[in-house]
Amino acid sequence: MRSLIDILDLSTEEIDELIDVADDIMAQPEKYQDACRHKILATLFFEPSTRTRLSFESAMLSLGGSVLGFSEAASSSASKGESVADTVSVVSGYVDVIAMRHPKEGAPLVASMHSLVPIINAGDGGHYHPTQTLTDLLTIRHEKGRFDGLTIGLCGDLKFGRTVHSLIEAMSRYPGVKFVLISPEELKLPSFVKKEFIKDKNIPYEQSTSLEAVIGKLDILYMTRVQKERFFNEEEYLRLKDSYILTKEKMKLAREDMIVMHPLPRVNEISTSLDDDPRACYFRQAHYGRYIRMALIMKLLNIRV
Amino acid sequence: MTVDAIKNGIVIDHIEAGKSAELYKMLGLDKLDCPVAVIQNVPSNKIGKKDIIKIDANIEIDLDVIGYISPNVTVNIIENERCVEKRHIELPERLTNIIRCRNPRCITTTEQELPHVFILTNREKREYRCLYCDTKASK
Repeated sequence: MRSLIDILDLSTEEIDELIDVADDIMAQPEKYQDACRHKILATLFFEPSTRTRLSFESAMLSLGGSVLGFSEAASSSASKGESVADTVSVVSGYVDVIAMRHPKEGAPLVASMHSLVPIINAGDGGHYHPTQTLTDLLTIRHEKGRFDGLTIGLCGDLKFGRTVHSLIEAMSRYPGVKFVLISPEELKLPSFVKKEFIKDKNIPYEQSTSLEAVIGKLDILYMTRVQKERFFNEEEYLRLKDSYILTKEKMKLAREDMIVMHPLPRVNEISTSLDDDPRACYFRQAHYGRYIRMALIMKLLNIRV
Repeated sequence: MTVDAIKNGIVIDHIEAGKSAELYKMLGLDKLDCPVAVIQNVPSNKIGKKDIIKIDANIEIDLDVIGYISPNVTVNIIENERCVEKRHIELPERLTNIIRCRNPRCITTTEQELPHVFILTNREKREYRCLYCDTKASK
């Protein structure tokens, strides 16, 4: 029985296989509409994350399965002090697969040690969120047709943004990839991430504090939110925040085939005037999340169509 | 300086110089009522200077604690004044309830009954990371 806790639990071959299945689901959804008939997914969300939960539920319903669960700890027995191990020992007897979100790092791993069914980590604090990374990877391959040889710009909060760290970790496994790290000094990529996944693997990279200066080189621009509370003072925030907002003017400097990604929700870092630009693919990215989760659920349940 | 040979017990030899006090505490030797000798800065051909701990009783000791505090230690089991077993202790692959995770966001902070497990992630640097949250162990 397999669980998915960390993206590195999957080999690149398995990721390719998931993406192939997701592509096929998008091409012929009716073929998969009963793939998980009579199977049940539990969404155990110990902290709210509506977007992720709905994406999982939509995925299971699209496969003809059913869903049950809770969307916050207050409506679960965790509020009475029950341990993750006990909750999962009980629930895993009711369902076939569990997607779990928890504010504490490592909670889904603990769950996988006690579960009778596969556990999917749907985010554990600032630690891992492998289905977001799978969504990002499907987006990249579907939109660009490949992983090899891409120049990926990561912009905004590279210090605390776990989606950025996981994407770098996952993309560093493909040949010919280059990274362009665009952030204010205060929010630079942590040195351990840079060392482990970029420098030690001899992957070319450059750092810039200006989005305009490097946007023309990119195949992919991955935007993240620059949060006010990350700054020491408001002046500094006000000085920097506009440099990391993507506007129509900045997009004029980008290639015609560059894509703009964002894990969402956005606040103001991408101007809404860009939403009609075919290069803006963040809403398509959110939609891909449903298909890759469908492929993942089928894989963990050993269902092939 | 001489310390009497022990009749039945354990000699922990080749401890990195200066580590015996920490090992004494981590192994809970302060709670024993048998004679325990801690000998520090003994000249050693192999490592220059070393510490030795002699315990005058055959007690159960956690070899992972020894390996974690000072790898490459030799543990000699003595019976009737003769060494009947010599064990070379290396850095353990896994530590269970020897050190605690200090990451306030780790699941071990709220689930008190979970064992604190650390995995050896870099042998050269003697680096361990929490099984659950991957936080590096701080010494």
